[in-house]
Amino acid sequence: MVQNKYSKKVDWLTVSIYLIMVIFGWFNIYAANYNPENPIFFDPEKEYAKQLIWIGLSALIIWVLLMTDSKFYVAFSYFLYGLSVFLLFSVIFFGKEINGAKSWFELGPVRFQPVELAKIATALVMSRIMSRHDFSFKKPAKVAKIIGLWALPVLCIFLQNDTGSALVFFVFILPFYREGLTSSILVFGIMAAIVAVLTLVYPNTLIIWLVVVGAFLFLFMKTDKKVTGIGAAVLLGGFTLALTIYSILGQTLRWEIFTVIGMVGVSIYLLVKGFVKNLKPVIPALIFMWSLVAVTFTVDYFVDDMLSDYQRNRVYVLLGFKDDPLGAGYNVNQSKIAIGSGGLTGKGYLEGTQTKFDFVPEQSTDFIFCTVGEEWGYLGTFGVVFLYVFLIFRLIYLAEKQHSPFSRIYGYCVAAIFFYHFTINIGMTIGLAPVIGIPLPFFSYGGSSLWGFTTLLFIFLKLDTDRNELIR
Amino acid sequence: MENLNRRTLVIGLIVLTIGIIFVIKLFILQVYDPSYKYSAESNTRREIISFPARGLVYDRNGKLIVSNQADYDLMVVPRELKPMDSVTFCNSLEISIEELRSLFDDMNGRLRNKKISRIKPSIFYKQLSAKQYGYLQEKLYKFDGFFVQRRTLRKYEYPYAAHILGYIGEVGPQDIERDDYYIRGDYNGINGVESTYEKFLRGEKGFKYVLVDVHGRQKGSFRDGEYDIPAVAGKDIKLTIDIDLQKYGEELMQNKIGSIVAIDPQSGEILTMISSPTYDPSLMVGKKRAGNFSVLSTDSLKPLFNRPIMAWYPPGSTFKTINALIGLQEGVLTPDTKYECYMGYSVGRFHLGCHSHSSPLNLRNSISHSCNAYYCHVFRNIIDNKKYATVQEGFDAWKNYLVKFGFGHRLGTDFSNEIRGFVPNSATYDKIYNKSWSSLTVVSLAIGQGELLTTPVQMANMASTLANKGYYYTPHIIKDIEHDTIPSRFKEIHETGIDTAYYRPVRDGMEMAVWGGPGSTATAARVPGITICGKTGTAQNPHGEDHSVFIAFAPKDDPKIAIAVYVENGGFGARWAAPISSLMVEKYLKGEIDPSRSWLETRMMEGNLIYGTK
Ligand SMILES: [Zn+2]
Repeated sequence: MVQNKYSKKVDWLTVSIYLIMVIFGWFNIYAANYNPENPIFFDPEKEYAKQLIWIGLSALIIWVLLMTDSKFYVAFSYFLYGLSVFLLFSVIFFGKEINGAKSWFELGPVRFQPVELAKIATALVMSRIMSRHDFSFKKPAKVAKIIGLWALPVLCIFLQNDTGSALVFFVFILPFYREGLTSSILVFGIMAAIVAVLTLVYPNTLIIWLVVVGAFLFLFMKTDKKVTGIGAAVLLGGFTLALTIYSILGQTLRWEIFTVIGMVGVSIYLLVKGFVKNLKPVIPALIFMWSLVAVTFTVDYFVDDMLSDYQRNRVYVLLGFKDDPLGAGYNVNQSKIAIGSGGLTGKGYLEGTQTKFDFVPEQSTDFIFCTVGEEWGYLGTFGVVFLYVFLIFRLIYLAEKQHSPFSRIYGYCVAAIFFYHFTINIGMTIGLAPVIGIPLPFFSYGGSSLWGFTTLLFIFLKLDTDRNELIR
Repeated sequence: MENLNRRTLVIGLIVLTIGIIFVIKLFILQVYDPSYKYSAESNTRREIISFPARGLVYDRNGKLIVSNQADYDLMVVPRELKPMDSVTFCNSLEISIEELRSLFDDMNGRLRNKKISRIKPSIFYKQLSAKQYGYLQEKLYKFDGFFVQRRTLRKYEYPYAAHILGYIGEVGPQDIERDDYYIRGDYNGINGVESTYEKFLRGEKGFKYVLVDVHGRQKGSFRDGEYDIPAVAGKDIKLTIDIDLQKYGEELMQNKIGSIVAIDPQSGEILTMISSPTYDPSLMVGKKRAGNFSVLSTDSLKPLFNRPIMAWYPPGSTFKTINALIGLQEGVLTPDTKYECYMGYSVGRFHLGCHSHSSPLNLRNSISHSCNAYYCHVFRNIIDNKKYATVQEGFDAWKNYLVKFGFGHRLGTDFSNEIRGFVPNSATYDKIYNKSWSSLTVVSLAIGQGELLTTPVQMANMASTLANKGYYYTPHIIKDIEHDTIPSRFKEIHETGIDTAYYRPVRDGMEMAVWGGPGSTATAARVPGITICGKTGTAQNPHGEDHSVFIAFAPKDDPKIAIAVYVENGGFGARWAAPISSLMVEKYLKGEIDPSRSWLETRMMEGNLIYGTK
């Protein structure tokens, strides 16, 4: 009876996508575990057998989630958040270290990653705060609250040395943006990401000059030619002056410093000029410019001094600095070969050769997309990409239909988290993103991640059943 | 609201952009750019079996007898095969196009029958010669799907002891069925210690994963060898044989048919075990094995036949020692019992001849003079003893003693193809004579003739039992197994059930046979300075000249060696078997032959009983 009431309201399209992904994912896990040299139809010891159990338990989770009153998720959001932060904190001390990250609790045969709960709880808490009628990104106290609650789990996760998972939280910028965060921050975020990557590939000086040129173009469009011209002259003057002094003193030439000196000069000039002439675009241009320069140096410092040789190697190989197909670039190279060998229509189910025998690492978890690519070809990978984009669009569409802001914001959070995993996971398997060990939702093997994503999704689908009510 | 919708659109666009980037990149990766497809083909992991070195074999003094040598097989992975230049291929292998075609037909046949796998390597051409290997190694990159795999073959350091060692050969379908360790093309031990101690000698195979490129060239280990399992070398074994004594015995036995078995009576260790004619074990190595095997197996002299454990002969007069012991134990004989003999034993129309000697003789002299008549009396008294109601009962009592001496059943040596010999029981004769027979009917058993058949190793064991005054250890060839123990059955004492005291007159008789005055039958076995005790025998041979038999042990007071020698068609025991025994004993106990006896050594070695010059 109760089932009936909900089944009518649950968004069956989303549920169908979910089911397709989970089932298709399972078939790929089966394929990744299949050994053509020793074909056994069903081995209860293998991952596919366990995944079947995880899937079964997911059904139970779904049932519980749908039975729970929507108001519960609002009411208990802080509690869940507190619990998850507590767990994130304790795992630093009591967790089990796997692949260098101390992010797992292990209780006998059961492994659990508190970050899965933290993602859900943080999404709920953010939704709750932002859904209050008095919330605004213009109120510093509210923004501080959000940033504080956001930073706490992120900090814990960084301390666990689980960079990949910590980065998920940056994707909350999308719901923030939707709820009124000024667009320049989104643009800055995207620019910062691009600059960060470019910094690793090209020398700092070049990046800084690109940033500077960008700032000048902005100025050129927003102010007049004269200011831009004099600004450029000041920049080049400062640069040349510094170069001359260094040359005379016989010091080693440091182009970055000359550039920065030039930038200091032009900044002073623009500040004065802007103040006198009341040129508004000067301030954002300068902030932009200096922030991106800061990003450049931070990333540079981070990679050179903070990362281990191993991690740095991976970053370098990813960016094509090093061609080392059997070394650090091994995983990405193998993964690209596996996907690439699939061709248009794939080799056929269970016919893959590259995703067997551990050519591809983590072939049933983080690199499950390789199996799709190899055995199902471009048709398969296109289908999976399409499914994800479709799922995210569907979630955004549903979010926009919510009467209550809480549900809408939460919907955006869910969409954003899926988007992050989709982007990074598939990106890394095809060499477009760094190799960050995060799962592909609903495809990768593993109970913890399957249950995490299922919970994330079905809380929203539950909220969606009450889309016409005001939940607070 | 308008603004919010615009923001939704921006977010949607970001998602869509990523989706489109992925779709384009995937298109390039999977459809547009073929290079990854080639990479995948080239990116093949190959499982290469690392064959363990087979355990080495040493003799009792630590001399290396069997070692290993490298050998190469040409392997094929059918899935990786590409059209190739078959002329070059044939030239490298030095085979004809027809042979190549039949090799391919073989492979395809096995593929169809699922005997071999499409993706796993299997043998294409076995045991490349060094020349073939050299040629092929250079050209191999032209032949996709082929590679060369290293194995080990046996290397025999001495051309002796072939029957003891056995050989290794390719496993048959039954072996593969019985033991998962083997796959087609593997070798296992056949006969001899190679077979008996196969499980210790073979070691454990290892697996090595290598990456190979399009042309099958190895590019390096897969994942730094993380998945490799190293091979575990087989365990070395030490045999009880003395390879120098073995060599000497084989030289003495050249151009003769027969066998020598020498045992250390104090432990049951087989010091030497010779089957003649023999062959060089190196003939059974590698590719030439098949050809040599068929030559050897069709040789009328049966060089492959392991006589010490597989041939059976009547024991002849050597058996009088046993009958004497049984008589003493049964109380029908004392050391002082005398019987007369006038050229034999006669009852009514029955007559069993004897040679001329003084008469009457006591027990000791009956052995040293090897009197037939004496043992007819002894034997009949045993069977017809009043304590047994019937002749059958008496006979079986006699037979039971024989069983305790190790006759009529397999001794349980290391060799699985050892035969049991034959000891008749009363039922045997009931059947032959329809239950109407007496001790006289079977009296030839008294002198070791008749239905009694024993193997040389059983005879050596009898000598060993006489040396030990009543017990023996199962004769065996294994002395040590690296990090393991030899079978416990070789440490067990077997009692004969005959009082130790009764051995004394018998052993005295054996000593007198060698060292006694006129009439002693085994003076040919005298070795200066060694109290050798022996007994001659002549095994009747209905097909020709009788076989010359001799058993002995020495020194009398602390026996270190017990020996049995059979020389087929050698006539009287004293003629060939006794001198050969004495030379073996001397060689073993003294290390060299006294110069005064070198003429005897030469005569024995040069004696040719096969091609007529006796
Ligand atoms: Zn006589």
